[in-house]
Amino acid sequence: MKLVILDSRTLQETLHRLAHEIREGNPGESDFVLVGIQRGGIVVAQRLAEILSELMGRSIACGVVDVSFHRDDLDRRAIPVVYSTEIPGDINGRTVVLVDDVLFTGRTIRAALDALHDFGRPSSVQLAVLIDRGHRELPIKADFVGKKIATSRAQTVEVQLMESDGVDAVQLCGTEV
Amino acid sequence: MIWNRKHLLDLETLEAWEILHLLDTAREFKAVGERSIKKVPALRGKTVVNFFVEPSTRTRISFELAALRLSADVINFSAEASSLKKGETLRDTARNLEALNADIIIIRHSASGAAHFLSRFLKVHVMNAGDGSHEHPTQGLLDAFTIRERKGRIEGLNVTILGDILYSRVARSNIWALTKLGARVTLCGPPTLVPKIFESFAPNVRVTWNIEEALRGADVINLLRIQQERQRASMFPGIAEYAALFGLNEARMAFVKSDALIMHPGPINRGVEIDSSVADGPQSVILEQVTNGLAVRMAGLFLVNGGRGLSVAG
Repeated sequence: MKLVILDSRTLQETLHRLAHEIREGNPGESDFVLVGIQRGGIVVAQRLAEILSELMGRSIACGVVDVSFHRDDLDRRAIPVVYSTEIPGDINGRTVVLVDDVLFTGRTIRAALDALHDFGRPSSVQLAVLIDRGHRELPIKADFVGKKIATSRAQTVEVQLMESDGVDAVQLCGTEV
Repeated sequence: MIWNRKHLLDLETLEAWEILHLLDTAREFKAVGERSIKKVPALRGKTVVNFFVEPSTRTRISFELAALRLSADVINFSAEASSLKKGETLRDTARNLEALNADIIIIRHSASGAAHFLSRFLKVHVMNAGDGSHEHPTQGLLDAFTIRERKGRIEGLNVTILGDILYSRVARSNIWALTKLGARVTLCGPPTLVPKIFESFAPNVRVTWNIEEALRGADVINLLRIQQERQRASMFPGIAEYAALFGLNEARMAFVKSDALIMHPGPINRGVEIDSSVADGPQSVILEQVTNGLAVRMAGLFLVNGGRGLSVAG
């Protein structure tokens, strides 16, 4: 059983609202860079960067970070496939907005913070997520949330985006009737 | 497909996708090595033992640095200064290392099959750093990595391995990796060191004793050192004759394609299997192989240490 959380139109609206909030959270000429977390966060970050570039009339840099080497559960799960990390330019002294599709336990974000700090010392790090599904295991909170939903741990949130999946949709799977 | 190997013992029994998975993972570790902070916490709290019963400097240092860059603790254990000299068996020494709560044992041994032997009774992860004339899997992987990075592919390439094939674990690991990934392998050297039987390794392996034929059309030339320490009898008249008949020198480079890669696992013997002008020339990727070896060994340690079958969300 699947429950539609966001369809094509509401997902686009949500991304626009997120982009506006990120802009308002970084007033003035402040210099920030978006970094998507492999792999779900990448397309979300790219979409946000496109919208922000249009809003602000200048190109907003967008990078990716892979957290495989910094996970705390490497010997408790199947070994993750490692993807590349590309941090745009020097992040020292800049604001980094980490972007992920779904915020769940917070462990991926913890690993992403560690991975990011191997590249420098940002002046601040903010977190933007498309979906916050609760069940945090660490003291981590998003600065910008697209949609907050109540879930059970057994459920999964499926985010599909045009660039990677050919369709824009967010669904809650394993929903009890 | 999910990586599910507890040990890295050979390339013969790995599937092509597993070799590619190792190479893909190594590519990301190579990128880590190019950052200002070259260390990641993937093996934090783990203990890696470099159990080197046969002398080696470059492979041991490469494994040691690989483990350190993964944040593991490393112990180096060499045969000269060990209880093996006092009559302890290999099995007992290995079990003592395991009793120290080691997580990964990297073994180099002059006997073929030593790594497989340890893997049969140890509970820890075993990595083969070279066993006799059998295999040297991380060398085979770093050679494949270097070729793939430089040429963009392995499938369809002509790779010539030149020199002491008979006693070479590097040749064997190369043959397995490259043929599984679709390359054609030509083996060349003195007939005493390059027996025809090697053609039975895989369908696309051929043996020739004609160096000119082996060099023409090759996309990659991998030179091997004459391993006098492993030869039980004199397999050819002398070093000077070997250099004259099979050494890769300026004159023979005329037969070599201008974009062919010149590789060598090291240590090189200048003036024997390779002339200085070739070793230091524009087609040589010998030092890149050393850099790539580190990345490949990090990938190997990272993957064998991984948890198995306990996939968790998030």
